[in-house]
Amino acid sequence: MFDLDLWREIFQSMNKNRTRSILSGFTVAFAILLFTILIGIANGLGNTFQEGFADDAINAIFIRTGNTTKAYDGLQAGRRIQLKNEDFDFINEEYKDKIQYSTVRIFKNVNASYKGEKNNYSVRAVNPDHQFLEKSIMKDGRYISQLDLQNKSKFIVIGRLVEEDLFSKESALGEYINLSGIQYKVVGVFTDEGNDNEERIIYMPASTAQLLYGNNDYVDSITLGYNPDLSVDEAIAFSNKLTKRLKDRFSVAPTDQSAVRVFNMALQNKGVSQLQFGLGLIIIVIGLGTLIAGIVGISNIMIFIVKERTKEIGIRKALGAPPRKIVSLILLESIIITAITGYIGLVLGVAVLEWANPLLEDYFIKEAGVSKNIVITATIVLVLAGSLAGYLPAKKASKIKPIVALRND
Amino acid sequence: MLKINQLHKSYPIGDSSLHVLKGIDLDVESGEMVAIMGSSGSGKSTLLNIIGMLDEADSGDYILDDVPIKNLNEKKAAIYRNKFLGFIFQSFNLINYKNALENVALPLYYQGLKRKERQEKGKFHLKKVGLLDWAHHLPSELSGGQKQRVAIARALAANPKLLLADEPTGALDTTTSYEIMEFLQQLNDEGKTILIVTHEEDIAEMCKRVVRLRDGIIMEDKKVNQVRASQYV
Repeated sequence: MFDLDLWREIFQSMNKNRTRSILSGFTVAFAILLFTILIGIANGLGNTFQEGFADDAINAIFIRTGNTTKAYDGLQAGRRIQLKNEDFDFINEEYKDKIQYSTVRIFKNVNASYKGEKNNYSVRAVNPDHQFLEKSIMKDGRYISQLDLQNKSKFIVIGRLVEEDLFSKESALGEYINLSGIQYKVVGVFTDEGNDNEERIIYMPASTAQLLYGNNDYVDSITLGYNPDLSVDEAIAFSNKLTKRLKDRFSVAPTDQSAVRVFNMALQNKGVSQLQFGLGLIIIVIGLGTLIAGIVGISNIMIFIVKERTKEIGIRKALGAPPRKIVSLILLESIIITAITGYIGLVLGVAVLEWANPLLEDYFIKEAGVSKNIVITATIVLVLAGSLAGYLPAKKASKIKPIVALRND
Repeated sequence: MLKINQLHKSYPIGDSSLHVLKGIDLDVESGEMVAIMGSSGSGKSTLLNIIGMLDEADSGDYILDDVPIKNLNEKKAAIYRNKFLGFIFQSFNLINYKNALENVALPLYYQGLKRKERQEKGKFHLKKVGLLDWAHHLPSELSGGQKQRVAIARALAANPKLLLADEPTGALDTTTSYEIMEFLQQLNDEGKTILIVTHEEDIAEMCKRVVRLRDGIIMEDKKVNQVRASQYV
């Protein structure tokens, strides 16, 4: 039931005892402000972190080959190991259940021209899965498809900056670009969250490149995305096994570090996830620490307030106030103050973060911010703690004999 | 009106206990004005507090307006205090952040009256003590006598059956004391039953009956010829 008179009493008491109200309000506002800022900064650090590794799929395994450095199995050192389509098929066949995505990569450099605009670009000839391994985001059109691969189509997918360079403001979709003398149709434009160079790449079907540039079945490297169901340790075991298998296949010495090189992101991820866990732990510690400090502060103030009001409580009791009304008077007052000032602290904290965001970016803190839910939960926790801290002494005070309370000067 | 039978009360002091009231018998009729006298430590304030339900007796009977006051829980005691009793304290005990009118109207709030009604009744009683013009002043802006009159207005506001005054003139100078006494006498003339705890002879003589306590028992209980305070004012 809404008791207008009770609220009048509360607001009068709040208004007439400003120091007290401001003191308790300040504690809560400050605690929430600090909480918001610290969590925001921690989140910002996390964002920077995330972004640093956002470029490529985190479950990628890269396979490259080079020259052998050791004689082995009757073969000389210095032999060149060349990956071919059959190796790609072999890997896919052999480790079907451990692989989510797979692609070959063939690298070329081309002179691209379109209506008088000219520039040099890197070409990557790939399989359709490459889109997911590189995390290319389609802006217009589509990516290389399996059909393109079968047809050896002269289709290309170009980066956003290639489009900007050659077409200025116009759309490149459907247009033909000349790459070192051969016309290709643009079927898609992509963006990438990594650095700008990633957006200056041109993709074409692997089979097309093999046909047009050398008419062979050579591939420069193979990239796999391991099954995300594998744990980090399982993924590392998989790539170790794969390395061994490939060295066997190419008759390379098991100790040869150069001929077959397999790089597994899982190794790096292991460190990353440990760091992220540490960061999460720091966030929790910071959050809890600030909250506890706030709880202690508001509890102290509530105890002080009840002490200060003991005489008033005695007077009210002598005039016929039932204990329930006394408890609700004190409690509601503290709840209102903590809730309002908690909200002020939240708004201030968010404002500070917004303001400081551009400055913080220099210190590897990106998009520092908090989820509203976390801060609102924190505020509610503070309000509840303040209420509980106020409730116990208020309950006690409401039970003091009025004569004792009145004697208390 | 008020019947007290073999009332005992002791306070614990460390390991031992101090026996303050050692069997008090007291009858007060409606319309009486009784002074309870005694030196400090005689138990007079304790007696008043028990009558005022601010404190509880260890044993004995206490009947107020045919209602036995015993084993009250807090809620019931609050209702009885509000309905039966008006308090006047030596130190006024006004709430310092409420103005005169709000202080007077506070008991009415706990009676559950509407705001408008509270304001009207509050003003009526403030007028009665001659402080209507001071209705919106805070206690800190009032003199001692004025504060006590606000306190009296507050005690009257709930229209109690019994007014209890604990050294009502203790913090006031003689002239102001007599003014307050004159006012209390007026209320008594109108039929209010009043109990005053005091240790001042002249104040006691302004009542109609004097009860003297010493060491927790009633030494003397006699009717006196009331000295009208108006002759000193």
